[in-house]
Amino acid sequence: MDNAIVATHPHTHETAVAVEHEHAALPQHRHHFETEQQQREAGTFGMWLFLLTEIMFFGGLFFSYLLYRNWYHDAFVVASNQLSIPLGATNTAILIGSGFFMALGVWAAEVRKKGLLVLFLIITTVLGLAFLGIKYDEYHEKWEKHHIPGAHFDVSEFVNPHAYGINEQPLAPDMAQKTQVFFSLYFAMTGMHALHMIIGIVLLCWLTYRAHRGDFSSGYVAPIENFGLYWHFVDIVWLFLFPLLYLINRHPGS
Amino acid sequence: MSEYHDAANVVNPEHADHHIVTPLTYCIVFGTLLVFTGITVGAAFIDLGIFNPVVALAIACFKAVIVILFFMHVKYQSKLVKMTVGAGFFTFLVLVTMTLTDYMSRAWGLW
Repeated sequence: MDNAIVATHPHTHETAVAVEHEHAALPQHRHHFETEQQQREAGTFGMWLFLLTEIMFFGGLFFSYLLYRNWYHDAFVVASNQLSIPLGATNTAILIGSGFFMALGVWAAEVRKKGLLVLFLIITTVLGLAFLGIKYDEYHEKWEKHHIPGAHFDVSEFVNPHAYGINEQPLAPDMAQKTQVFFSLYFAMTGMHALHMIIGIVLLCWLTYRAHRGDFSSGYVAPIENFGLYWHFVDIVWLFLFPLLYLINRHPGS
Repeated sequence: MSEYHDAANVVNPEHADHHIVTPLTYCIVFGTLLVFTGITVGAAFIDLGIFNPVVALAIACFKAVIVILFFMHVKYQSKLVKMTVGAGFFTFLVLVTMTLTDYMSRAWGLW
């Protein structure tokens, strides 16, 4: 008989989910959501809206790169070839590995394996730190070569590459100055990416602590899942940065 | 689903059952991403003319798509989430195209 009433008034919250109100409030099912699925869907939707603003943010930087690379193509080619492909490729592999363990962490939370979740989160963090370590090494090399844009920028390797054993066409002094535009974008893009990773690592430490406390081993996986979305997004940004900054100028073609 | 009587289907109209992606799937995706990283590095050392950037970007897009579909679970999400993701990338492409047409047309014929 209950069925008839519910079917006639499907929107009546009190009858539709009366049973739910006898439960203590669960973190995966707050009282203002009809079901756990609905709360989860709302959370995923909100996280993706945030990530879309991030796409627009990084998108602006990618667009600047596209435009300036066309304007100052020769300067971008030689400046880009200063970057180390082995270091960049290693970092790509490390970051993919970090994302892989983050994905496994989401799985561990879903199947409620607390020990595995903590382990995977720690591996994710360590790989993230390894990425930043290599990035630091690359930045340090640019610092030593005076390739940081600004008053102390040194164009000599671009004006007279053969004196430094670099197999590139020499640039005219005015075009050589434009290598600063490349390095500005290089530091802006990889720097913003690194900042996102630092924020992610701080969040990972907090999530690892909470996972260890057992917060995510009883069906409440939203923080792990949504952080996973963020971490994978940061991976994706790098998947584009690596070819654009490191790879596409090895054979300039035109 | 079945624990609720929800004849009018207001609670979960898409029947989006929660899907747990298995570690095996993640392993396959991980392997694919590493292989394509190797391919993109190798392709950078082959002279393809203007297709070097095209190939590099195509591989990057492919990698991004499988990360989005599997690591980020979009393949298993509701239509709402799929539309949201698609709309975001579409809007980004519109913005890039419109800004590019502006820059390209400013110096029309002067290059």
